[in-house]
Amino acid sequence: MVKHDSRQQGAWRAPLGAALVTLAAMAIVACGGSGSSSASRTATAASIGKGEGKLNVIAWEGYTDPKWVKPFEQQTGCQVNAKYAGSSDEMVTLMRQGGGSQYDLVSASGDASLRLIRGGDVQAVNVNLIPDWVNFIPQLKSPPHNTVGGKHYGVSLQWGPNSLLYDTSKVTPAPTSWSVIYDPRYRGRITVPDNPIQIADAALYLSKHQPSLGISDPYELTASQLDAAKQLLKQQRPLIKKYWALASDEIDLFRNGDAVVGAAWPYQTNTLQADKAPVKDMIPSEGATGWADTWMLSAHAQHPNCAYQWMRWVSTPKVQAQQALSFGETPANTTACPFMDQIEKGSCARYHANAPASYFDSIRFWKTPTTDCGNGRNDCVDYGAWQQAWTEVKG
Amino acid sequence: MSAEATVRRAPRGGLRGRASAVLFRRAWLRAVLLLSAPGAWFVLIYLAALAILFVSAFWRVDGFTGKLVHAWNVDNFRQLVENPTYRTIALRTIGIAAAVTVTDALLAIPFAYFAARLASRRLQAVLFVIVLVPLWTSYLVRVYAWRLILAKDGIVNWALHGIGLGSVDVAYSNWAMWIVFSYIWLPFMILPVWVAFERVPASFLEASADLGARARTTFRRVLLPLVLPGVVAGSIFTFSLTLGDFITPTLVGGAGSDFIGNVVYRNVGIASNVPFAAAFATIPLLVMAVYLAIARRLGAFEAL
Amino acid sequence: MSDTRASRAALAVWATLIALFLLAPILLIVLYAFNPSNVQSWPLHGLSTKWFSSTWHNQEMRQAFGLSVRAALISTGIALLLGSMAAFAVHRFRFFGREAISFVLVLPLALPGIITGMALNSFFAFGGVSFSLTTIVIGHATFCIVTVYNNVIARLRRTQTSLVEASMDLGADGWQTFRHVTLPVIATALVAGGLLAFALSFDEVIVTTFTAGAQNTLPLWIFGSIRLGQNLPQVNVVVLFVIALTFVPVVLAQRLTRDTGVVRMTAGRRR
Repeated sequence: MVKHDSRQQGAWRAPLGAALVTLAAMAIVACGGSGSSSASRTATAASIGKGEGKLNVIAWEGYTDPKWVKPFEQQTGCQVNAKYAGSSDEMVTLMRQGGGSQYDLVSASGDASLRLIRGGDVQAVNVNLIPDWVNFIPQLKSPPHNTVGGKHYGVSLQWGPNSLLYDTSKVTPAPTSWSVIYDPRYRGRITVPDNPIQIADAALYLSKHQPSLGISDPYELTASQLDAAKQLLKQQRPLIKKYWALASDEIDLFRNGDAVVGAAWPYQTNTLQADKAPVKDMIPSEGATGWADTWMLSAHAQHPNCAYQWMRWVSTPKVQAQQALSFGETPANTTACPFMDQIEKGSCARYHANAPASYFDSIRFWKTPTTDCGNGRNDCVDYGAWQQAWTEVKG
Repeated sequence: MSAEATVRRAPRGGLRGRASAVLFRRAWLRAVLLLSAPGAWFVLIYLAALAILFVSAFWRVDGFTGKLVHAWNVDNFRQLVENPTYRTIALRTIGIAAAVTVTDALLAIPFAYFAARLASRRLQAVLFVIVLVPLWTSYLVRVYAWRLILAKDGIVNWALHGIGLGSVDVAYSNWAMWIVFSYIWLPFMILPVWVAFERVPASFLEASADLGARARTTFRRVLLPLVLPGVVAGSIFTFSLTLGDFITPTLVGGAGSDFIGNVVYRNVGIASNVPFAAAFATIPLLVMAVYLAIARRLGAFEAL
Repeated sequence: MSDTRASRAALAVWATLIALFLLAPILLIVLYAFNPSNVQSWPLHGLSTKWFSSTWHNQEMRQAFGLSVRAALISTGIALLLGSMAAFAVHRFRFFGREAISFVLVLPLALPGIITGMALNSFFAFGGVSFSLTTIVIGHATFCIVTVYNNVIARLRRTQTSLVEASMDLGADGWQTFRHVTLPVIATALVAGGLLAFALSFDEVIVTTFTAGAQNTLPLWIFGSIRLGQNLPQVNVVVLFVIALTFVPVVLAQRLTRDTGVVRMTAGRRR
């Protein structure tokens, strides 16, 4: 038998082949650069067609509870895939991923909605296809955060305040002001959200305690006003146990003694109270920031009919009530009140679902900071600067 | 060797027989065929992706539209160097990764020695399953469980209080991250060290004893050098896994616990600033390159 | 080596402590599957089995579980194929760049997951590829290949190449040799590598975060559930279920890999 030595024979050819493969690969990669994007729908829908069988949404945690998703899926045949986002910023990024056709709907808060509209990521919605829209509280029919130039870029959903949460057994006397979260007495026992929009909370506090700064809107800050807020937050930094990123962070912090006071959503309060933790929440004398969420339709939605059916479904009073009580927020639909009381007695009043407009107006709702100060001047700082400031505060 | 000869040597006709014979004779052809698929996968996907990542570190994002601008610049790196925040984060990440690696080595070496050389076969099997079960249990949930253990009113303090030792306040801090990372990656250190101990021939130890060395001397002078590659192999995992993590800092870290991974994640997933994230990601990339080069010299690759 | 009785005892105590350290959080996870509340606090206030049925009926969880199983199966399949091909090539042939191949294959294992994740993320974004099961599988297979490669090449190094040559000399063709000689030799290495690849893929979070689209894998579902914590004990129930399901493969793997040593089985990474 001829002795063959494969090792020497192939010695130079294999690497040559590999090199060719590499070159070819580089060429392919180099050419595949341009992103694809489908044409966006220009006209708003005039009617809702047959469902596409599927619906991909980006939502706040808890916004796609089986309680109302299941009946929706059964009725419409639209199977709901939910992606949870931890912040408004994350929602914006997710919406733009993969050419923007990955998701159909997003439950954007006011600090993301304008960015999505200006970025062309969302399309106008025909509110006439949402029968319950007429029952919305007047402030949320065409609010400035989702309606631009008379065009509705989505339907309002729910709203609520960012409240002050405290441990009644450890924080005495009961706080009346946000000053408690800047108080060295509670060093290492304070928690606030890990979110650049939190700067507005500091600005709101400063607008009352340092009137000389001239802050009138906590989302419209000049460079020097932002600096003052940043300064306050930097002083607060050593007092913070943890900047909470997940709602469960704050729940665990309060339940297991690591935090005694902090800024929270009502959801955390409800969950903790249900677990019999000694906590309470309140709106301090300075007022509160808050959120008003909108379901917005992607400009490149692949399942627009299911999306419309979803917007219609979540606007109905019963679902509105279910979601309000599940998450701890207030429905946009005023007719949800009796359904709320039906699920939980007295809950309508507790969440101010029947409150006068003045209550709604007392909350400073999240909106995207822009250079436009709303007074003709353009000397405010935009959200990019807020993000930068927040990184510096935490670092 | 000519093709003619090849064909003549093939006893059976038919396409399959002929192909098989050609392949058997043409070793280089086999090598190319075997390598083409995995090679293409790695070159077309993995290396190309790494290349794009590295290149994009020199691009920037348009502040207004959020779109990528292919304009070459080193602003991202300048920002990294000039802003002390990022330096702190990088040093914290590398420091904790190193601390975790050393801790895991210290925890693992005696355990692996016991498991490999002292435990009975049955006990070995039990220990092996104990080391493996954590690897089959959701990483996220194991990290989450530690919150309850370390919390102020958690299990550790409950136990300390029970034996009258007061309490510790380690929850949501760098200490908590150090403990949890050490826990999470410990099996990755134990396993290669265990095998390294198993591979040391008993005759070496007998020879050492015969030459008058005491147990301690034998351990230090004979055993340790022989298991070092195993330790280094394990350390590649503990170090690199800690270096690239962002979930453990999110779950058990405190107010000042951001890792490189958190900044990268925020820039990719939230702020949509891939170029800056890419620039920051080159730090763990470089650190690992140096680490791997050293590990290779110490023979860790054979022990992987 | 003559260990003194005292040092043996000390080592036994140490091993026990480490074993407890490794197991304690897992026992806690199992315990809190029975937590009546959705908030974790110590000690447990009572026991409840109510989460078991709600978990069973959780459609979102089922879909995530299904997606994870599919992703893990496909990734493992790709890893088995490509990993053993690479192992054969590197083992049988000497060529320039051979060392580099081993090195490149180990890279996804040795580089931090966040780098692999965001590299693939910008790669797909650059190519205009939208995220789906395919992108998840691509991410997973990339770091799974090396686990199979490691196992198979270790086995091949212990196998004499003369076996294959003898088979060919006895008139078997390439396929027959592969089927009757090579495959039996590497079979258990494939099982061990495949099991590990499956486990790695099934629990991967970091790379998946960057490569998944609208659909959640099980770890992403778990992360989503942890965020709000509304049905937190459901997560524990799922983990308990997965442990019960994988316990048999773990024990099996232990038996199969006795000859190759534990590390081949596990020389991978969990992210």
